Amino acid sequence: MSAIAIAAVSKVYAGGVKAVSDVDLDIADGEFIVLVGPSGCGKSTLLRMIAGLETISAGTVSIAGQVVNNVDPAARNIAMVFQNYALYPHMTVFDNLAYGLRNRGVPRAEIAARVAEAARMLEIEPFLTRKPKQLSGGQRQRVAMGRAIVRQPAAFLFDEPLSNLDAKLRVSMRGEIRQLQRRLGVTSVYVTHDQLEAMTLADRIVVLNGGRIEQVGKPLEVYHSPASTFVAGFIGSPAMNLATAEVSGGRLTIGGAELAEGLVGLADGRVTVGLRAEDVVPAAAGAPFAIRYVEELGSGRLVHGSVAGQHITMAISPDWPLADAMRVAVAAERLHVFDAATGRRIACP
Amino acid sequence: MIDRHPWLDALAHLVLIVGILIVAFPVYVAVIASTHGANDFMSGLVPLLPGRDMLANYTTMLTEGQSSSGAPPLLGMMWNSLVMALVIAVGKIAISILSAYAIVYFRFPGRTVAFWLIFVTLMLPVEVRIVPTFKVVADLGLLDSYAGLTIPLIASATATFLFRQFFLTVPDELMEAARIDGAGPLKFFRDVLLPLSRTNIAALFVILFIYGWNQYLWPLMVTTTASHYTIVMGIKRMSDVADALPQWNVVMTTVVLAMLPPVVVVVGMQRLFVKGLIETEK
Repeated sequence: MSAIAIAAVSKVYAGGVKAVSDVDLDIADGEFIVLVGPSGCGKSTLLRMIAGLETISAGTVSIAGQVVNNVDPAARNIAMVFQNYALYPHMTVFDNLAYGLRNRGVPRAEIAARVAEAARMLEIEPFLTRKPKQLSGGQRQRVAMGRAIVRQPAAFLFDEPLSNLDAKLRVSMRGEIRQLQRRLGVTSVYVTHDQLEAMTLADRIVVLNGGRIEQVGKPLEVYHSPASTFVAGFIGSPAMNLATAEVSGGRLTIGGAELAEGLVGLADGRVTVGLRAEDVVPAAAGAPFAIRYVEELGSGRLVHGSVAGQHITMAISPDWPLADAMRVAVAAERLHVFDAATGRRIACP
Repeated sequence: MIDRHPWLDALAHLVLIVGILIVAFPVYVAVIASTHGANDFMSGLVPLLPGRDMLANYTTMLTEGQSSSGAPPLLGMMWNSLVMALVIAVGKIAISILSAYAIVYFRFPGRTVAFWLIFVTLMLPVEVRIVPTFKVVADLGLLDSYAGLTIPLIASATATFLFRQFFLTVPDELMEAARIDGAGPLKFFRDVLLPLSRTNIAALFVILFIYGWNQYLWPLMVTTTASHYTIVMGIKRMSDVADALPQWNVVMTTVVLAMLPPVVVVVGMQRLFVKGLIETEK
């Protein structure tokens, strides 16, 4: 029973800026939720409201069935991992882990046992007597995680914990966080602007934009059926191609060039079409594709070009011969069709 | 440095040696003068070699003083100076670190006004406000007391401002982490902020101790009985006697003794002092 319920929560800052508007989200016990979105989308504000570090302007946040709007952060039984780790610089690693327990009057022997357990789990035992500045970035990150674990909280809150690490360490820490969370089974809310982190960590992804939820869903759901052009452009790398297109009689054309056929159940008219780079394939009878430049990735090749003046990226095998005059097409079932005016997904066949 | 040339090195050393001589020579003269008898100065020449009366000069001055110049025993005056310097240094640090904490970490109405009021007092050192301050202290009956000597000098903005600047460099996440860890405002202050300010406190202590020890004008105004004279006042009283020649040997004895405590403080806290001025532990 440590689910978190967020009901109609808004945050309005003193200057009248609305950082979060009317967010509803139910987080199940033990679930790993990732809040993802661009800078300023309100994801950190939402996390800080769950933590109690920001006041809630409207709506309610409940943890384990209890409304915590006016509960002190310390009494919410949550633990938070900060982007810059926020370790106490003058305390040893042991004291950093023990500080929160001491403040709660946990008996000395139990503190020692819990710290030892967390240190073993995170493999930071050799560093317990060191100060944070004697540790590397990855080790500090582990200490910050340890500080959260020893508390045995109802929920972990992560605020972009990996963004200060180098790329390689980020990947390995990502895996560790996932395994640790699985093992401990603690409800977790994780904020990141990195869609790859969101995809790999989350049980469910929450995509935020402008303080509102764009879409909530399992990573693959969000990837395969983005609810809006915003989600489509944000999740996945390279970003999904978005182009203005026409539908008429089951055929999809961009600037008169036919890209796909055999669409059913779509009304004729102007739409925004979303194409994953890997779904765009060379085809003898496709739309003319003018290559602008090519990015070699080793395992594949990203070909940037245009169809009728609209930018399209195509991911193909390096074995494909490139020609000046290529034609491309997309299978009808691979298309993502969005309303041209609202950007919302149109239920597709 | 651009290049290393032997003659550049020599020049640098020459400048440093001259500089040290300029600073050290007066100190040397003072120490030498304090070892001579009263008559050695009659010739008008300052002796440059040690005399034989060192022990006599120091013991007399420390225990008996010199009644002809109205100077009580130096021990008492040094005690007064020590109390004054310590109370000013500790008091200033205690008050300013707390007010800086309030200004940086709490949101309350009039916070900015409070900060600017404190800041403005930087422009009003003791000398500027000495007459009204004296009036207040006199009306409160604090003349000739340690309270009168110290309290008006404790209220100051400099230290508050320095602590504020330091606190602003401490990441907010540290405070948030402490809040989540169940530390209230006072606990956060005691367990996190105070240890982090350790080197800053040490540096300020050195500066403020010397500031308090060297106070001259204010003690001169608020003390009228010998029991509350400070040693810096004592130097002045002895070198400024009416109808007689100043006894330079005892004046210099007093000067040397007055120099010692600040030297001890600076040497003793040198490591922390330098750290506090150059580095912030974050």
